[in-house]
Amino acid sequence: MTEAADLTRLTAAETAAAVKSGSARALDVAQASLERIESLNPLLRAFTDVTAERALQQAAEVDEAIARGDDLPLAGVPFAVKNLFDMEGVVTRSGSKINLDNAPAQGDATLVRKLSQAGAVLMGGLNMGEYAYDFTGENVHDGNCLNPHDTGRMTGGSSSGSGAAAASGMVPVTLGSDTNGSIRVPSSFCGLFGLKPTYGRLSRHGTYPFVGSLDHLGPLTRSAEDLSLVFDVLQGPDVRDPAQADMPVLKTLSELEKGAGGLRVAVAGGYFREKAETEALAAVDKVAAALGASAEIDIPEAARARAAAYVITTSEGSNLHFDRIRTRPQDFDPDTRDRFLSGTMVPAMWVLQAQRFRSWFRTMMRGIFQHVDVILAPATPFSALPSGTKTITLGGETMPARPNIGLFTQPISFIGLPVVAVPVWLDGAALPIGVQVIAPAWREDLALRVAHQLGMDGVAAAPVADPAIDNI
Amino acid sequence: MSEGFDAEAHVAHMEKLMGLTIEDAWRPVVVAHVAATQKAADLLLGFPLDDEVEAAPVFVP
Repeated sequence: MTEAADLTRLTAAETAAAVKSGSARALDVAQASLERIESLNPLLRAFTDVTAERALQQAAEVDEAIARGDDLPLAGVPFAVKNLFDMEGVVTRSGSKINLDNAPAQGDATLVRKLSQAGAVLMGGLNMGEYAYDFTGENVHDGNCLNPHDTGRMTGGSSSGSGAAAASGMVPVTLGSDTNGSIRVPSSFCGLFGLKPTYGRLSRHGTYPFVGSLDHLGPLTRSAEDLSLVFDVLQGPDVRDPAQADMPVLKTLSELEKGAGGLRVAVAGGYFREKAETEALAAVDKVAAALGASAEIDIPEAARARAAAYVITTSEGSNLHFDRIRTRPQDFDPDTRDRFLSGTMVPAMWVLQAQRFRSWFRTMMRGIFQHVDVILAPATPFSALPSGTKTITLGGETMPARPNIGLFTQPISFIGLPVVAVPVWLDGAALPIGVQVIAPAWREDLALRVAHQLGMDGVAAAPVADPAIDNI
Repeated sequence: MSEGFDAEAHVAHMEKLMGLTIEDAWRPVVVAHVAATQKAADLLLGFPLDDEVEAAPVFVP
């Protein structure tokens, strides 16, 4: 049998293989996960809700199913979800104080249900920036989520707990949401593989929204193989998400071995290199060199794309929260409160122009993808910032940190392109930093193939962090 | 387009229209966010779009 400590080091694929082969029991895996959560969570604040009873019950059921001969692709794999996903019997916080007044969820979000049906074991809900309007991982209600690789630094957000829990080995798989970068930013800061699928690919039913026009859901893991394994399970039609596209399921796991061979890979220039710190550029260059990619392409109007995403986000998000920001502003996290207040005041002209520009930018990018298959860009302008950082200086310009950490992620999610963020450790670096592997719409397989090759070649890696817990 | 935009006056007008409460301590930050949004919008409004470019949101009747 595999030792308890070892069980938390395994990837999802390794865990499922061990459970299916009988070399580990799902119950032991769940208990090991619970122990690691209990040990590290007081320091990292990754979990806000631990569903221990459910986890042990689900794990026991998985063991019975395996004994019966059932085939479960995620047998015994512990997972946890950003606390905007519905978990039956748990109040869906969405990082807020206000939503704690709501009744517990009556059922699971579609994606939670899909993972559970595939044999994965839900461990609980994860910390996040309030109402997902965040890139830092800081939350005044539930405490700041800390980076397992350096607890003096941010996880990035808004899927902060999703980053901390997977990076510290509490669970091998987490789910997050990404409206402007909220999967890719914590993946970069915490050193994880993160998949933001194509807009409309995965059902969002049973999750608390932020900006319906831009909201995506996806997994964070410690390998590209795990992203594929989970992504293949998460797909499938669900009429309860009005924005889900009518697209066939794309099986990616069986494609990974193809790697990047034959793909035309280019590096995003211009906007994507102007406001990046040295480590962000070095990480992109390292990945490009490994893939033999020498072409640099300009993505025209990326700054406008980012501006448009900003305008849509603040207005649509504030529309969602209008009653709450009008009647209970004092109950918001101050860092999101002022942004939601501001967002109620956006003229319709600006928003509609942004939505029309979105169509223009999509069409333009389709043209670029006639000539390349994959584009590389930094995921964040820098590696994880010290906790509490309020302003940053990029390209000589000082700006607020919270909205600008996602400078490089926003223009891409704006038009819903699939991206895998891959974690890179530069020589001698104490912190990881992510690179976006961007593919054409509906071609998650291409980004995953590239990410898998980078992982196999040792260019990208997501080692489990072991933060010191002496001073809790 | 941005010339003459007074973020503070915009906030003072809109908070009444929208029935918002903005405490004094919050006001400078709210005003700064409005100014940032206007700057973003200015970039967009400065870009010519053909008349046939339609807004992106999905609506399925």
